[in-house]
Amino acid sequence: MATHARESLTSPEGPAVRVEGLRRSFSEAGGVLNGLDLTIARGEFVALIGRSGSGKSTLLRALAGLDRSVSGSGVVDVPERVSVVFQDSRLLPWRQVLDNVILGLSAPSARDRGLEALAEVGLEGRDKAWPHELSGGEQQRAALARSLVRDPQLLLADEPFGALDALTRIKMHKLLQKLYAAHNPAILLVTHDVDEAIALADRVIVLVDGVVGSDIRIDLGGRRSPGDPRFAALRTQLLAELGVVEEEVA
Amino acid sequence: MASAAVEAPVDAISPKTVDQRVVRRRLGPGPRILGTLWIGPVLLLGLWVITSATGVLDPRTLSEPWVVVETAQRLIADGRLTDALATSAYRASLGLVIGVAVGLALALLSGLSRVGEALIDGPVQVKRAIPSLALMPLLILWLGIGEPMKVITIALGVLIPIYIHTHNGLRGIDSRYAELAETVSLRRGQFVRHVVLPGATPGFLLGLRFAVLNALLSLVVVEQVNATSGIGHMITLASSYGQTEIIVVGLVVYALLGLVTDGIVRFIERKALAWRRTLESH
Repeated sequence: MATHARESLTSPEGPAVRVEGLRRSFSEAGGVLNGLDLTIARGEFVALIGRSGSGKSTLLRALAGLDRSVSGSGVVDVPERVSVVFQDSRLLPWRQVLDNVILGLSAPSARDRGLEALAEVGLEGRDKAWPHELSGGEQQRAALARSLVRDPQLLLADEPFGALDALTRIKMHKLLQKLYAAHNPAILLVTHDVDEAIALADRVIVLVDGVVGSDIRIDLGGRRSPGDPRFAALRTQLLAELGVVEEEVA
Repeated sequence: MASAAVEAPVDAISPKTVDQRVVRRRLGPGPRILGTLWIGPVLLLGLWVITSATGVLDPRTLSEPWVVVETAQRLIADGRLTDALATSAYRASLGLVIGVAVGLALALLSGLSRVGEALIDGPVQVKRAIPSLALMPLLILWLGIGEPMKVITIALGVLIPIYIHTHNGLRGIDSRYAELAETVSLRRGQFVRHVVLPGATPGFLLGLRFAVLNALLSLVVVEQVNATSGIGHMITLASSYGQTEIIVVGLVVYALLGLVTDGIVRFIERKALAWRRTLESH
């Protein structure tokens, strides 16, 4: 379904995201983003890491079009259909799960598509539940269903698994990989978890002082294990980029 | 009858089953008691019956309950009570409907746009400082002493709590939901329907409970000042003839009106806020 959408774009060869010279600042003192350039290809999975305050969320909000009150300049070019997954599920507590998933969709087929999306994220039969009846992981699954049902060309995820426990997070990684394989949107995943970035992404971008510090391609193939020496090498390299020497961590 | 539920047996388990536990003292209000609303009033009624029967309560101070019941039956039989009740209920509900509609509309306008807030919020706060009943002399000059004056006085008393609490509830909606609405490209109408109205409902319903009481209060005053019909008129008339029992019938009717409407609003509250997990439901 998503592959058709990708082919139907006006310029099939163009990138999904194009950012040039992006500047954003919250105060006179200094910018959070200082002339950042970034291109994300169609269907590419990019993880964005950086120390806190490096501008990860600011960049994501700029791409999501949620930064109208922040001063700045630059070019932001994103596709028509962009979905956002936040760290909190942001389900409306007064709407049942299915109504949350299809929020704002008015096509007659919306309910069926919503049920399909719920089944896809493993929430079959929970369509009539209230959000507070779901566990944290399930709420985040519902949030994923809400973004998927809109058939996004770009999925922006702002630390979507940051509030989940370690076991749930591993399950969610598998789910996200499955959904990515099935729908193949471009993904920008903001995370502070280096392992998560290496395990999921095609490319890891390290944000340093509001610009791209390094841009590393992950060529580990489909099955990635933290035990793989190449995985470990990448982790050491990325942690070093973030200013952490591995001995300190271990 | 409802008090039986209070003494629900907790340790009715067979002696063979071992159930040893350390249970913490409960700090929440505990399980719901059936008919909570009615226990207090029923006890008070019992006290009235007992003091009247034993002669502790002088009938000239307060008529005996059975005399009041007889009087009520007589007033119903000759149609005076039912007519008065119909007139009063009509006035109160018309004022309530108008007041709720206007209060809600103003709260939405003022809550959803800064211009609306600038135009509406100030005047409403000023109006809030003036008791509705204090405006009656002016309303009488403008509208006369007929029905419009009565209904508008009631509506003015209803409008304020509806506005204040709905506006408050609306402004209390988490801004993250507005952000979500933006990311899924909701239109303004959809935003109001899916986010604003449900989010403001708890505030609105709280305002409605105050509004209902205000409507009854205003009703009492407008009917006693210059009415030729309604419960208040019946009471005023009885007062000039020293008929305590009719006054009590009127008061009982007011009390029933108050309790019944409050019960209705609470019922609506429970149904409309099924999504909420609060102390109330656990």
